[in-house]
Amino acid sequence: MTFTAPVLNYAQLAPMLIVLGGALIGVLIEAFGPRASRHASQLFITVASLVAAFAALVRVRNQSSVDAAMGSVGFDGAGVLLQGTILIIALLSVFLIADQENFTALAAAVPGSSEERESLQLDLRVTEVYPLTLFAVAGMLLFPVSTDLITLFVALEMLSLPLYLMAGLSRRRRLMSQESALKYFLLGAFSSAFLLFGVAYLYGYSNSVTFAGIQASITGGSGNDVFLLLGIAFISVGLLFKVGAVPFHAWSPDVYQGAPTAITGFMAAATKVAAFGAILRIFYVAFANAEWQWKPALVLIAIVTMVFGSVVAITQRDVKRMLAYSSIAHAGFLLAGVIALSKSGLDASIFYLFAYGIATVGAFGVVTLVRDSAGEVTDLNRWSGLGKRSPLVASVFAFFLLAFAGIPLTSGFIGKFSIFSAAYETGSTAILIAGVLSSAIAAFFYIRVIVLMFFKDPVEDGTSVVIPSALTTTTIAVTSLITLILGIFPAPLINFIESSAFFIR
Amino acid sequence: MNPYNYLYVSALLFTIGAVGVVVRRNAIVVFMCVELMLNAANLTLVTFSRINGTLDGQVVAFFTMVVAACEVVVGLAIIVTIYRSRRSASVDDASLLKR
Repeated sequence: MTFTAPVLNYAQLAPMLIVLGGALIGVLIEAFGPRASRHASQLFITVASLVAAFAALVRVRNQSSVDAAMGSVGFDGAGVLLQGTILIIALLSVFLIADQENFTALAAAVPGSSEERESLQLDLRVTEVYPLTLFAVAGMLLFPVSTDLITLFVALEMLSLPLYLMAGLSRRRRLMSQESALKYFLLGAFSSAFLLFGVAYLYGYSNSVTFAGIQASITGGSGNDVFLLLGIAFISVGLLFKVGAVPFHAWSPDVYQGAPTAITGFMAAATKVAAFGAILRIFYVAFANAEWQWKPALVLIAIVTMVFGSVVAITQRDVKRMLAYSSIAHAGFLLAGVIALSKSGLDASIFYLFAYGIATVGAFGVVTLVRDSAGEVTDLNRWSGLGKRSPLVASVFAFFLLAFAGIPLTSGFIGKFSIFSAAYETGSTAILIAGVLSSAIAAFFYIRVIVLMFFKDPVEDGTSVVIPSALTTTTIAVTSLITLILGIFPAPLINFIESSAFFIR
Repeated sequence: MNPYNYLYVSALLFTIGAVGVVVRRNAIVVFMCVELMLNAANLTLVTFSRINGTLDGQVVAFFTMVVAACEVVVGLAIIVTIYRSRRSASVDDASLLKR
């Protein structure tokens, strides 16, 4: 028996390897670095590896091959765009995470114990969040480019496991934060077991674990169709859970509310890009020829997701929960791009993911600024009159809400328009109608928040807007600027996506 | 022996695990049920590997074991933290976020 050494294309794998290397250096700093300089050095390593990974990605942007890692990683235009989006979102989120006001000083200390008080007095900082972020980012980079089922499963776990821990790091309301970590973990593990069961059945159907092999089996039509159906169904459950589509959304409002806000922003934006990247690739590449087996179910899920997210968001009294339900509705809109199963659907989805991810990070960045003496204020009633107290912050938040609602002159309008026109071109009229109707419902609750901020009197209960740190200011400024520019002048990005987005098969 | 019988066994194990996750209240037991589901998937993979006559399924099963081990580390860390704060590992007690 001969053993052939694997051939790896290191240039194409470099973005992931750099991020992983940075994470490992972060672990070493955590173990051996002096405590006083740990925060600064961790921040430096994190930012440096994200920037270096982006540079490495730009260097190989025009290459494409299925052999980046022996057929397990497909490197192509869509992969580059998605990886670039994830890296930009991660960098902006790290700037929010660097504001340590919202993180516990010592995650292992029991809430209310003397140990916790001591850690607060010593002014300790939670620096392990940086390597955890980098590990999660590495998993997210791998998720949308994986072209076999093993890599898909490993990448899913790689991005999820650090996020479970990061959800439990909040400084205030720690019981709530730990509870959100528990819920996220148990439901996440549950859904990844479903994904793995689907992997097993797809392997049974096609006798191959690569997407290309599955596609060949579907085209050939030789396997047992029961296995194919079970495989597609179980894998879809695992993937739809990650994007929070109804009926697999139960975790998302709780986790969004309980996790530290900076982490919520990162998770909401970057996980969605990574998971939709993987969904797009597996449905466009592996399952494209089995369209009639999955399309009806996915159309139903998309419609229910849009309508449910928009309707339930109306009743929310907490700004983070409201954003969670709004993200569920957006997952439904994005599923319209998956269902379109066309080049224009792919382009629109990638544009939408970029626009939505950037706006989400910015919106959660603004949420971190509204505080009272006990930490962040997320109760919507206490946000009333914010526009009179600090017009700038309230206007920026209102702008992000308008972008989520899809009002013209924001990136959200272009995103929604392109994704719905892609759905229309491919004849999914039901999706189009449901999408437009639920957008109208969604606009209602976004505008209600704006009315609350600008046309109600402020309540005198100590709620105030803190002066943001330089890094937080950078994030909010950059995200709002991108949202505005993409709304007014989207052509360069759209053309770039159109010319380079494709899936290698 | 007909290898398809193993598929029925693993589907049964998977169902027991899934039902356990839904009905049991102790976080540790819920987690054990998830592990049962992962092992059911492993049995399916190995069975298909035998039916199809290729090794890929066994390779996936090895990856699953490693990933399951990582999941245990992270999961038990979270459950132990919760237990230390609340003196209870019941998922019903953790209900601050319910509205």
